[in-house]
Amino acid sequence: MPEPQPDPASADVEHGSTGRRRLGLLFWASVGWLGLIATLAATADWLPIPDPTRPGVAPARQPPTLHHLLGVDVLGRDMLSRTIHGARVSLVVGFSSIAFGLLVGGAVGVLAGYFRGRFEAIAMGTVDVLLAFPALVFALALVSFLGPSLGTVTLAIGVLSIAPIARIIRASTLAFAQREFVLAARTVGARHRRIIVNEILPNVIPAAVSFALVAVAVAIVSEGALAFLGLSVAAPTPTWGSMINEGRTVLQDAPHISFVPSAAMFLTVLALNFAGDSLRARFDVGEGRL
Amino acid sequence: MAGSGTAHLRDRADALLRVEHLVVEFPAAGRGRKVHAVSDVSLDVLPGETLGLVGESGCGKSTLGRAVMQLPRPTSGSVRFGGQELTALKGEPLRRLRPQMQMIFQDPISSLNPRRRVGDIVAEPLAVWRSGQSHGDVQAAVRAVLADVGLDYDTAADRLPHQFSGGQCQRISIARALVLEPKLLVCDEPVSALDVSVQAQILNLLEDMKARYGLTMLFIAHDLAVVKSISDRVAVMYLGKLCEVAPSDGLYDAPTHPYTAALLASIPVPNPEVRPGVGGGTLSNDLPSPIDPPSGCRFRTRCPRAGQRCAEEEPVLRHCGDDHWVACHFPVGKLGQALSHTGPDAMAD
Amino acid sequence: MKPVLLDVAGLSTTFPTGRGPLIALDDVSLSLDRGRTLGLVGESGSGKTVLARSIMGLLPAHAHRQGHVWFEGQDLAALSPRDLRDIWGREIAMVFQDPMTSLNPVMKVGRQITESLRHHLRMGKDEARTAAVDLLDSVGIPEPKRRADEYPHQLSGGMRQRVTIAIALACWPKLLLADEPTTALDVTVQSQILDLLQAKQAERSMAMILVTHDLGVVAGRTNEIAVMYAGRIVERADTATLFAETRMPYTESLLASIPRVERPSHTRLQAIAGRPPDLVTRPGGCRFAPRCPYAQPRCAEEEPPLLPAPTPGHTFACWYPVGTPAGDEALARNTASNEASNKAADRAADGR
Ligand SMILES: Nc1ncnc2c1ncn2[C@@H]1O[C@H](COP(=O)(O)OP(=O)(O)O)[C@@H](O)[C@H]1O
Ligand code: SF4
Ligand code: SF4
Ligand SMILES: [Mg+2]
Repeated sequence: MPEPQPDPASADVEHGSTGRRRLGLLFWASVGWLGLIATLAATADWLPIPDPTRPGVAPARQPPTLHHLLGVDVLGRDMLSRTIHGARVSLVVGFSSIAFGLLVGGAVGVLAGYFRGRFEAIAMGTVDVLLAFPALVFALALVSFLGPSLGTVTLAIGVLSIAPIARIIRASTLAFAQREFVLAARTVGARHRRIIVNEILPNVIPAAVSFALVAVAVAIVSEGALAFLGLSVAAPTPTWGSMINEGRTVLQDAPHISFVPSAAMFLTVLALNFAGDSLRARFDVGEGRL
Repeated sequence: MAGSGTAHLRDRADALLRVEHLVVEFPAAGRGRKVHAVSDVSLDVLPGETLGLVGESGCGKSTLGRAVMQLPRPTSGSVRFGGQELTALKGEPLRRLRPQMQMIFQDPISSLNPRRRVGDIVAEPLAVWRSGQSHGDVQAAVRAVLADVGLDYDTAADRLPHQFSGGQCQRISIARALVLEPKLLVCDEPVSALDVSVQAQILNLLEDMKARYGLTMLFIAHDLAVVKSISDRVAVMYLGKLCEVAPSDGLYDAPTHPYTAALLASIPVPNPEVRPGVGGGTLSNDLPSPIDPPSGCRFRTRCPRAGQRCAEEEPVLRHCGDDHWVACHFPVGKLGQALSHTGPDAMAD
Repeated sequence: MKPVLLDVAGLSTTFPTGRGPLIALDDVSLSLDRGRTLGLVGESGSGKTVLARSIMGLLPAHAHRQGHVWFEGQDLAALSPRDLRDIWGREIAMVFQDPMTSLNPVMKVGRQITESLRHHLRMGKDEARTAAVDLLDSVGIPEPKRRADEYPHQLSGGMRQRVTIAIALACWPKLLLADEPTTALDVTVQSQILDLLQAKQAERSMAMILVTHDLGVVAGRTNEIAVMYAGRIVERADTATLFAETRMPYTESLLASIPRVERPSHTRLQAIAGRPPDLVTRPGGCRFAPRCPYAQPRCAEEEPPLLPAPTPGHTFACWYPVGTPAGDEALARNTASNEASNKAADRAADGR
């Protein structure tokens, strides 16, 4: 019997691997902001704020005061309350539409990238058609067919997000599926399902999550744009997009009416982007070494 | 046919691996165009033997190794493993044979899932095949195989691959391949990405593991010195074809194919007295495209001895010495001279 | 008298890390004259790349460099980044290990050459284009006119490395730093590229530092060799002397680990056990001691200085040098005690 290879240094692992990057202050500030908005939106009904749809709580277009911290809008409704209730629509639409897109687009992308062949050709062909289809026309058609509601907007944005998500996930899957550890799993006799779950998904999911956060930001902005066009949740339910739209006509005399929901949306989108970026950096395993 | 033939196959019923007339083609860009990666190659490996496969990048070595594993399946030809025709097997029966043949790869980083812990990576084959085994038994098996390749379970198992050096990653790959105690190990350039000092460690480790696990090996590399040091028999491959097959020492003593001579001449010699490239003439240019390989002898576009006949007629492997086979019309060296005096190919450049 | 081309004096480079400073280069000195070729050899992580980059001044911003890099009497270490840019490409050029990452993937190869010709030599567009095609031709690229209009991914690995060499040679540098230019290539292509570098070096009487982990690569192609280990130069000599009168056990071990085609197959290789030390928590004494077949108690306590050998130009750092009575005795002592411990282990195994 040959002796085992003596390798005294083998016990110590690669020098200089100081662990993963820490998540910075910016990440935690972003998470804090998102958490705050989400908590306020979730508990809005119990908060000591006026009904967001009740007009005339104060003289119309009143700028911020002690009673109405963010002022009131053109119909005299409390802006703070409307912003908090508006967050519900924005966040629900943003997260659920992308969750839907991720489920469908992610599955298509992983299967296309892993199995290649005919399925990939068909799936990616469909994705290209979807991408070429004018988004607004699709949203208009859907809303006129199903009527404007939270569900319709979510579905519209969710369906529109499938194509780009499928594309990104496929590219990422493809990169890993060609790596030799996948081949090694196949030589062992692992079944496809096992390989996808054990070898592909752990590598694809972190990138997918950080991309999804950015996509949520896009979805929130899209909801705003649809609301702007009157294609989102019907009035008087507030959404950030419709609030910006309402303030647009009085931008000169009462800029706060547009500014408040814009700022809320801007900060939320920014926070989502930061969080997505930090997560990507955090999950990056140090592979660039060799 | 050329650079092909089966004369070198040994008439032995017990060959663990016997590849005959293997062809692997891939679709290329452009209608009807094909990459001729492996064109009519035949090989056999006896139990306990190490067959070295040497040639330049892009000559089809890896494709051949993978075709043996049926990943992907060859375009045509036969691969018999332990008497079983693999190309005829599908699905579950083929899957059941997989644990008996394992593979290790060139890139130590790419071979390991960056997000799985080393302990899980090495345990994965057991999870596939012995899912009934207790956690303790799996751990003991992983611990033992890691120890065999010179790694300590307690320090290594919980780490991710990127925390290891290239040589250590290659040890982990070897452990994963050995944990199912395969009969055949296909090593695809396992040391090409490593420093010479680490390369020596891994080559020694492979020799040790071969003895300990009773392995038969197909060892692929582009460096003839590396291949020779570990192999019993060497097959030299060029652009999808075999050029020369011989016992390792015989190949070095009497290189008979002009390509083998050129490969030998390009090995860097750690001796300042030896002027590089002298005595053999190194190769110029690149490998031609396998989409449109040269007619006749595929080596003729780079061969210093190429003549008219080389463009017209493909050379077939023929006997030229003790278990020594060459596919060339105008072979070189002492065996080549003997051949051209006796053989039907008598003539020279 | 003209000063030597390159004189590196007491160069140290440190990277701050989470665990403390990583001393990648520790007090390295070497000099190189015009038209000479120096082989820089060591395992990966021994600091060869950091040395080449410290000479160039191409270090990441957080790196800390000390010492002098005299190039034709001018201290490069004292130059501003702007002045350095005039040196790079024009006086000193570099060729990297991986041609795919050192070439710009979205720029045609011809353009990548003309860029520096136009910047450094102030050539006109057409003049630069002609010069670029000539350069591609001179580094052995067939059909240079057509190749100039291709992108890097359309070329083979060897052709790509020829292109990076053409780029490096474009402005007739006086010194070429080639950092593992053939490590990513096949042996056949490796010998082509090394021949090319050697031919260009002779033709232009350019000085060259050829970095590699393989002593075989530099044996027939350099005038002198410096062996690095754990951030230090541990042996340096004329190429012939280094091979004929190897003194440093590390050099001997590196040499022994190369598989030799003339040996019978299955000859066991003399691998160096273990790995180079961690450069953050390196213990005192000789850096090679944990892996050295000659090591004695003294080695773990005192770091051997780099001292001259009797042959002029030969220096090494070792207490028990190879081929000297002290070294022979140390090796014999270690062999004896290894055998004794092996026997003891066997006895223990039999007893079970
Ligand atoms: N940018 C960097 N930051 C921190 N450490 C580095 C950096 N670059 C190189 N090192 C370290 O310097 C040491 C020498 O590395 P290197 O010069 O790459 O060796 P070689 O060229 O011999 O392969 C290694 O320990 C490496 O990890
Ligand atoms: S001599 Fe002819 S047959 Fe032999 S290798 Fe050269 S080209 Fe091929
Ligand atoms: S000083 Fe000691 S440990 Fe260092 S190389 Fe010399 S003998 Fe070996
Ligand atoms: Mg390096």
